[in-house]
Parts: sequence; C-alpha cells; structure tokens
Amino acid sequence: MTDPCLLTHLLRQGDRALVLAQRLGQVITHAPELEEDMAVANISLDLIGQARHLYTYAGEVEGLGHDENHFAYWRGAEEFLNPQLVEQPNGDFAVTIVRQFFHDAYALHYWESMEASSDATLAALAARARKETSFHLRHSRGWVVRLGDGTVESRRRAQLAIDSLWRFTTDLASITDETDLHDSGVVPDSEVGGRWSDTVVAALAEATLDVPADTDMVTGGWHGHHSAHLSPLLEELQALTRAHPGAQW
Amino acid sequence: MTGSWPMWEVFVRARRGVDHVHFGSVHAADGESALQAARDLFTRRQEGVSIWVVRSSDVVASDPDDEAELFEPAADKEYRFPTHYELPAEVDHM
Repeated sequence: MTDPCLLTHLLRQGDRALVLAQRLGQVITHAPELEEDMAVANISLDLIGQARHLYTYAGEVEGLGHDENHFAYWRGAEEFLNPQLVEQPNGDFAVTIVRQFFHDAYALHYWESMEASSDATLAALAARARKETSFHLRHSRGWVVRLGDGTVESRRRAQLAIDSLWRFTTDLASITDETDLHDSGVVPDSEVGGRWSDTVVAALAEATLDVPADTDMVTGGWHGHHSAHLSPLLEELQALTRAHPGAQW
Repeated sequence: MTGSWPMWEVFVRARRGVDHVHFGSVHAADGESALQAARDLFTRRQEGVSIWVVRSSDVVASDPDDEAELFEPAADKEYRFPTHYELPAEVDHM
C-alpha cells in the first residue's frame, strides 16, 4: 500500500512534532518558574504523543515493518523532514515562546483542516491533536502578548525573537508539493499558510509587536535541508538507543 | 526568578453537581496564566471539569491565635449539632 506522498507527509509532520518536543525537553528546569517548566513539559509530551501516532502510521504506509522507534532513532539529520523553525535553539524565554507561537499557529490550522481528511486514521488523530494544540497556542499566544505588551525589556526581547525567527516562517507555513494529497482529500486544505499569517499578524498587533519587513527567507526544511542545529539535537535524542540497540526497560 | 510571580489558590470542581474544592496553589503572572498552570498541575488526569483561581493575597484568613475565641465555644453547644436526625440513604454529600 506504499504511497510515497503520504509517507513523506507523515514523516514531515511527525518530525516537526518530535524535533520541537526534544527542544522543549531542554527547557525543563530552565523556565522562569516551576509552573512554566510543567507547562513546557506537558506540551513536549503532547507533541511526542502526536509524533508516535504519525510514525506508527508511517510504518504501516511504508510497509517495510518499521515501527515508530525506527523513524525517531534510526534516521540521520538529512532524512528528517521538519521545518527548520523547530530545530532552532531555545535562546532566552522570548525565543522559546515566539518559536512555539509560530509553530502552534501553524499546527492548529493544520490539525483543524486535517479533521476533514479523507484518511480516517489522520482524521481521528487530528480530532485529538487539535484540542491539544489549541491549548498550546493559548499558552504561547498569551505569552507573546504578555511579553510584547509588558515591560520595555520584555518587549525588546520579544521583538528580537520575532526578528530572528521570522526568516523560518515561509518554510513553516508553505508546503508546495502535496498537490496529489490535496486532490485526493487526504490533506484537504492547501491554505494553511494564509490562515497562519492571519493568526500571527493579529497576535502581534495585540502584543504591540512589529511584523518584520521582508527578509531573506530560509527554506527547505520539509525537504531535508537543515541548519547546523539539528544534528547535535538528534545525537542527544538517539545516543542511548544507538549505544544499546534493542534495549528494553 | 523563583518567587517573583504572585501566588494563586486553585479550586477544582471534580464533577458536575459538587462544589469546587481547594486543590493547592500555583505561581503565575496573571489569572489566565494561573488557570493554565492549574490545569497542567491538577487536572491532567481527569480530576476536574471546572477550575477557579483566586489571588492568594485576596484571601482573608482567620488567625490561628484566634482559634480559642472563634471555634471552641461551639464545642459545648450540643443543640447545634444535627445528631438526632437519621439521614435517608439517598442523601449524598452531607
């Protein structure tokens, strides 16, 4: 039943979730308060859950007997198909939050649209993931407004974070080679990018933050082109499994 | 940074029809943020259907030193206790 377009789609979305989950794992114990550590950990766990479902389904679609662990632990950076935004370092809290907000706005519109997927497995996953992501966006959007419309220093840092991450947003919000999946209704919506833009512009306005002027955009993450930050992240994620293949506990 | 955000008291209603009960407290920058933290800390395993958060500084509490004058006089007034009634089995939550 191998459908290479669907397989690629599942790996893109699974990698998006897993790579960001791993990044968020690195924030735990470094957030401003214990409560924020908890929030970040919960978001990370939700993303890992979504990635597991996507990878498990990818294994079925691929038809080579691979399970979820294969896709998480036994592929190199060049095989990962996540947008470059989610592999970017955590930076200060403003960078972590702005990266999360850009991602969550994309993820919510993605999952909303996928509830109407003609693929029953994806539609069922979307129904659950949409509720989780809705809460993630509420959290990250709330922080963007709080930081932007906060103190002089929090506003300065939030604007710096937006300016530094903006160049990854075209990559995030535009997948242009899934026409077959749009036509078959598996990925019913090709306008996620437009809705992403509306959501982000509205939030930045409420936060009194500026939408950056056009800048040189980095693209290619969904096609396996990555920044230098992804390899070290994956090495940490994969080290134990690769040192002890097949270990159980 | 710890301690820089105000404390909020968290009340959770376990299911419809029963009262909100004090569950604990969280640190948060504002009410919305406190609600989200309370949700993460106290309701991740289906413990609740509704959450209230109240700024701890807005709670007016009795002084432990006043315990004698506030509460002890009630102890020897047996006529205030509903001990002579038998509750029907159908009455819950008393």
